[in-house]
Amino acid sequence: MTQDREALRLEDVHKSFGQAEVLKGIDLALAPHEVVCLIGASGSGKSTLLRCVNLLEPIDAGRILITGRDVTAPGVDVNSVRRGIGIVFQSYNLFPHMTILRNITLAPRKVLGTPKERAETEARELLARFGLDARRDEYPDRLSGGQQQRAAIARALAMKPNLLLLDEVTSALDPELVAEVLEVIRELAAGGMTMLIATHEMAFARDIASRVCFLDEGVILEEGYPRQIFTAPREERTRRFLERFIEAGRL
Amino acid sequence: MDHEQGARPPDQAVAAAGSRRSRILGGDGGTRSILIATASTVVFFALIAVIVVTSPGWPEVKKAFFDPEVFADSFPGIAEAFLLNIRIFMIAEAIILVFALLIAVLRSLPGPVFFPLRVLAIAYTDLFRGVPTILVIFLLGFGAPALQLSWVPTDPLFWGIVALALVYSAYVAEVYRAGIESVHPSQDAAARSLGLGRVQSLRYVILPQAVRRVVPPLLNDFIGLQKDSALVALIGPVEAFRQAQIDEAATFNFTPYLATALLFILITVPLARFTDWLIARDRRRQLAGHA
Repeated sequence: MTQDREALRLEDVHKSFGQAEVLKGIDLALAPHEVVCLIGASGSGKSTLLRCVNLLEPIDAGRILITGRDVTAPGVDVNSVRRGIGIVFQSYNLFPHMTILRNITLAPRKVLGTPKERAETEARELLARFGLDARRDEYPDRLSGGQQQRAAIARALAMKPNLLLLDEVTSALDPELVAEVLEVIRELAAGGMTMLIATHEMAFARDIASRVCFLDEGVILEEGYPRQIFTAPREERTRRFLERFIEAGRL
Repeated sequence: MDHEQGARPPDQAVAAAGSRRSRILGGDGGTRSILIATASTVVFFALIAVIVVTSPGWPEVKKAFFDPEVFADSFPGIAEAFLLNIRIFMIAEAIILVFALLIAVLRSLPGPVFFPLRVLAIAYTDLFRGVPTILVIFLLGFGAPALQLSWVPTDPLFWGIVALALVYSAYVAEVYRAGIESVHPSQDAAARSLGLGRVQSLRYVILPQAVRRVVPPLLNDFIGLQKDSALVALIGPVEAFRQAQIDEAATFNFTPYLATALLFILITVPLARFTDWLIARDRRRQLAGHA
């Protein structure tokens, strides 16, 4: 009954790369407008989980449902599924041979068939929102990391996704550039965007998340409200993981 | 919110140009190294000239290869015949650019479904890189017309161009493939994640980057092709080399070959320099990008 109201539901998702099982049965559900943060050590499976949701990696077992529809069933048109999901990568992955504006208008024009004029108007609105309209005719390598990542977020949003996946989007950035990207994400959260965020920014996760999931060796070891996870983790391993951030003064 | 990334300082561009010159000259590219380079060049070539000119056979060789009169007589005819070489390699290059890309794309297709196409592409490149160009020209030039099928062209020029296109497409396909594989998989992931299909990702994201990267090695193969256009002479068409042979047979003098060599150099050297310039420009751009 609640199923068709859920933006995303993962049921017992398994994924292996060769011998290594990276996801060992993930269950997770996101309601519309919810922001869920995935935390955990590198290699705990956060990125793989996001890539599976976007069907960039096929899963070995389990189901993934997007707004109630099983997208891992055979015969599903993966391109149409991806249209509704945006993903932003750690290394931005902008197209280096296109200007910022073309990076953003490519998918709306080629996938949705949006006329050039309208695609560009919409792209410029997005860029203006992110303080990048002046850089629209430049190539990605002329922009700072923070600007590139904001452009990458704009590119994902240009497809008007129902769900946005963020894969450690600030991990490749110089510390002084992190804030400007987090600010954009905060704005999106305030605007009601449903988001699944893998992050190492604990303070940010605490502020923005409606729920936090601690991933450990391919399973969600602990899940709860940010206040509970960050102040009174139930699991010993969660506590030990968070202690490092507390010691470093980042929480 | 904007952060100045800092445009490349102008002195860096000067330094790049200077370092290129100093790579050729050796040393720091200053006046001293120019003087040393000039002096050693003069000495080196003077030495070779002395060895050649004082050799016992030089008077004969001079007459046979460097006869100005024969040169002046044969050059216009050879130059006219050279237009055929230009036609041969221009047509072949146009075919190669498209056909080689098709082969490279076939070979890059992922998944078990495309296995037969991949095998076909691999077999093609192996075969045509493995057989000497001249054999392919002979086999097609004499073999295809001998079939006596009314719809198969019998013009040796046609088959010469086809043979060159087949052989060089195999090389150029490998060049394209190296370019496709040099584009990081995350680019394809980014394109696919936006909902672009496999073909759209290839067309708008992967290939434009791949082709840009392989232009220098591709032009390198074209330099080879331009020289090999002379091989078509062996099945009949009168291009520059064949015309030189005819002139040689009439005059018993080898100077026409020298004239032919000069014509080839006139077009291949500028292309080689252009290729070098493209490589240097790409390097500068990369440095600018990562500055």
